[in-house]
Amino acid sequence: MNNRLKVLRAERDWSQQDLADRLAVSRQSVNAIETGKYDPSLPLAFRISELFDLPIETIFVSPSKD
Amino acid sequence: MSRYKSPAARRYLIRMAILMSLYMVTLFVAVYAFRHHLVAGALAWPLAILPALPVIGVFWAVMRLLVEEPDEFLRMLLVRQALIATGFCLTVTTIWEFLQNFDLVPPGNGGFGAAFFWFMGLGVGAIYNRLTVGTAGTCA
Repeated sequence: MNNRLKVLRAERDWSQQDLADRLAVSRQSVNAIETGKYDPSLPLAFRISELFDLPIETIFVSPSKD
Repeated sequence: MSRYKSPAARRYLIRMAILMSLYMVTLFVAVYAFRHHLVAGALAWPLAILPALPVIGVFWAVMRLLVEEPDEFLRMLLVRQALIATGFCLTVTTIWEFLQNFDLVPPGNGGFGAAFFWFMGLGVGAIYNRLTVGTAGTCA
């Protein structure tokens, strides 16, 4: 699933590890989500959404609208 | 390498270290006792099974990691790894069994049983994860 995670992270000058620490996940998880190799569960997507204070649909691109 | 190491992953490593140590000790005791004909009769059965217990413990440790690991992505990698390991083990042992059925290979397995091929399969699964998702996972 395409997403804006990398852009949002860059705007805050966070490394993948910084974001991983804030989400309490592994850096591999952040990398896999950013590159679209892994789609996060809904609870993790909500955690990402709350961390960036943005609605989920502004971070993740719906596959049907891709 | 990532800094991330969940308490579950740490517990897994500790469990593996203990189980592998137990395996070495129990295997040594069993081999020594049988080679020197120190056991016979009913006692031989539990002694022969003794080294299998830490190996079974390793299966348990892998499955506990699967339950306890809080990172969902790493959990998914481990599930894929375990499924590939199971498929690899069943494939190798099934082929071997049929080769034995038709007397193309000698009976017995020379000590390389299902567990050996399952652990080998975990390695194959880790390589598969690495090639397809870019990382091998925790249980590599």
